[in-house]
Amino acid sequence: MAGVPGSALALELRGITKRFGDLVANRSVDFDVVGGEVHALLGENGAGKTTVMRIAYGLTHADSGAILVGGRHVPIRSPRDAIAAGIGMVTQHFSLVGPMTVAENLALGRSTGLRLDLAAARRRAAQAAERFGIRVDPDARVADLSVGEQQRVEILKALARDCRVLILDEPTAVLVPGEIEVLFATLRSLVGEGMSVVFISHKLAEVRAISTRVSVLRHGQMVGTVAGATDERELARMMVGRPMFGVERSAASEVPGEAAPVLRIVDLRLDGPHGRPSLEDVSLDVRGGEILGVAGVSGNGQTELVAALSGMRRPVAGSVSVDGVDLTGADPRRMTAARVGRIPEDRHACLIPGLSVAYNLVMERLDDFRRGGRIDERAIQANADELIARFHIRASPDDPVATLSGGNIQKVLLARVLSRDPRVLVVSQPTRGLDVGATEYVRSQLLARRADGAAVLLVSEDLDELLALADRLIVLYEGRVVGEMAAGDADREQLGMLMAGRGRNP
Amino acid sequence: MRLPRTSPRYRLSPWSTPALVVIAVAITFLVTSGPILLAGANPIAAYAEFVVIPLTSRFTLLEVLVSATPILFTGAAVAIAFRAGYWNIGAEGQLLLGATAAAGVGAAVGDLPAIVALPAMLAAGALAGASWALLPALLRVRFGIDEVVTTLLLNPVALLLVTGLLHGPWRDPVTGFPESPRIAASAEFPALIDRSRLHLGFVIGLIVIAIAWYVIARTPAGLRLRAVGLSPHGARFAGISVSRTLIVAALASGAVAGLAGVSEVAGIQHRLTSGLSPGYGYTGIVVATLGTLAMPGVILAALFLGDLAVGASTAARSLGIPSQLGAVVQGVLLLTVVALLALRRGRSTRPADTGPAGAEATDDESAPVEEPVA
Repeated sequence: MAGVPGSALALELRGITKRFGDLVANRSVDFDVVGGEVHALLGENGAGKTTVMRIAYGLTHADSGAILVGGRHVPIRSPRDAIAAGIGMVTQHFSLVGPMTVAENLALGRSTGLRLDLAAARRRAAQAAERFGIRVDPDARVADLSVGEQQRVEILKALARDCRVLILDEPTAVLVPGEIEVLFATLRSLVGEGMSVVFISHKLAEVRAISTRVSVLRHGQMVGTVAGATDERELARMMVGRPMFGVERSAASEVPGEAAPVLRIVDLRLDGPHGRPSLEDVSLDVRGGEILGVAGVSGNGQTELVAALSGMRRPVAGSVSVDGVDLTGADPRRMTAARVGRIPEDRHACLIPGLSVAYNLVMERLDDFRRGGRIDERAIQANADELIARFHIRASPDDPVATLSGGNIQKVLLARVLSRDPRVLVVSQPTRGLDVGATEYVRSQLLARRADGAAVLLVSEDLDELLALADRLIVLYEGRVVGEMAAGDADREQLGMLMAGRGRNP
Repeated sequence: MRLPRTSPRYRLSPWSTPALVVIAVAITFLVTSGPILLAGANPIAAYAEFVVIPLTSRFTLLEVLVSATPILFTGAAVAIAFRAGYWNIGAEGQLLLGATAAAGVGAAVGDLPAIVALPAMLAAGALAGASWALLPALLRVRFGIDEVVTTLLLNPVALLLVTGLLHGPWRDPVTGFPESPRIAASAEFPALIDRSRLHLGFVIGLIVIAIAWYVIARTPAGLRLRAVGLSPHGARFAGISVSRTLIVAALASGAVAGLAGVSEVAGIQHRLTSGLSPGYGYTGIVVATLGTLAMPGVILAALFLGDLAVGASTAARSLGIPSQLGAVVQGVLLLTVVALLALRRGRSTRPADTGPAGAEATDDESAPVEEPVA
């Protein structure tokens, strides 16, 4: 449990306890990070990882416990105190001003006087690019950047405030393989300069790849601290308290090869920012009983593809059809009527968080739940009871969706979609941010739909997920399909090259 | 980036909202005791005068109901729109249009019986109010033009329309005063109680609020309206037409505000005057907010502000303090309630699971709604 020899303790938490009502988020947690190391904080969703680091950054206050910086007690009442003590944090939800440029955002985080020093911000961005390989165009509008680039801006912001300890909360959750490598390279050069990095994650492979040490939290308590190279099975056992097993498609996938496709997309084109199309000439077929995986680095058209199939974006050219029925430019109502089930990545925004679970479950088909002129509350309640039991949603029908955990929110959306027996399933990042149990459940549900003959389009940034579930893969790069292969023939290196835009031309 | 205009409040006991309003009232009295002391009165006596005294005599009690009548309508009008996330600040103008229509129809009905005259006047007033609300609603859903600005700016336009009429074609031919001709006797709202100004408008207001409550709480259309107000993106994703919902909410809101104008013309003034509304449309925003956008809350808030209005004018006479102190109390109360609501929201919600900056920037609530207007 000792720190890395020869390095000073940069940040130390002692006996941090935090309660939210009846829930104990952290129970007497000890944690430390020294200069020149990446110290991972590993645990399932709800294990208390984020809470303890929010306490270190002053976003939340501990009920008891102490925070030491460089060996001295430091009262941290707010992020301002934390920043003054040299602590920086990149939370999962970025605090960037979308309509402003990168340089303006950097200057905002730093300026104390009246003048907005854009030249200095630009200089700092150039220095960071040189020293740490963090490359961002200082004159780009933040809202136009990919999520990975926005994260780089957040890291730049923290560096601009001279932080010595950088806390990253699930930084890879929003990234894809290519971007993750860039992030890791950045982190290595940061610790190479003697900085400390706290890396919050629940992904074993990443934690092992980047960490000097790993501390594991379970149910708010520290299970232990081990070396970064510890065996995956051992880490998993510490994290979940049981060995994990994976959900995979049956190897013998009897895809009806000659059957007509259910979902057919021909030459689809969508406009994007900067007058560049975000999707161009995308054609694909998905047959019944097949999962087509869509691989690609985020920001290469996946979001737009799902939005078009969800009825949220209107294509400028091309066509979409289901079982031969043209659905080009259909609105969400027509899409659902054509039995297209939609589970996009921004699941929170696709529900109505302020309304109850029961109402959200019937929101797509309120007209089926009316008696006379009024809402049939009894039928809605019965429907909710049934779906909550069937999909193992841990909530009561009257709970507002906003009070649910991420996994249960995903199950609500899943239940709403699957209860309508969809012919086509459009699913994006279905397990992002979910814990192991919820992930397995969601994956098994997708495979069950495939077994029932649904056509599934699965967009994911998790290559393991795509390789485990999909029958076929396509790769999107800059809005175009740059590769297609059977999942059985796919090899990671080739996929990585295609995703990075270094594959053969389409 | 995105204004948290109506972030929902989660997991609250059913008592917390009334408790919050009571706390707000207490804080308001504390804060306003300063100006009352400056005016040379005892704050306790002043509050008794503001709140309690009006309830102690038959005459003032009925006057409280009279004062509450127009703001019952405007409060409901604002609450309907706000629940849909449509920020109608134009109830004042919609009220004036409703009043104008009522004065026109009321003068034209002549000898028709009340059973025809009153519904005709109510229908004309509702229609006029709704039509004044239509343009901002269309601009909002078609071009994403912020309705806060457009509805607000149409208020002085409506007032100019009224004064233009009163100084032109509708000027009283006998007296030359800028007042419209008196409406027909059959078009006047009957008094509910002898020897009082309390009129049919009060009952109609309660009926309108009951209908609004039923529609919002119990019908699919009302659930859609709430869904759009809580999360426009989520509602659109579920296949709800956000544009149509916003337009319907705007028209319903304008119609109810128009009825406020009918009620004042038919129940109190019996003609159109330029001083018909001392800002009832704006007070409606206060009423809706104090009532936390719930219909029962609107009734309570309207009654309380009616009480305060009567109390402030009697206090001016009995204690010799400026009657504007009533408006001061009302203003401080609004700020306190809004502040407490914001505080409660901050405490009771966890950080929202929203996307990164790019995703939020494209999800701007006031952006044009990307769907055809049905």
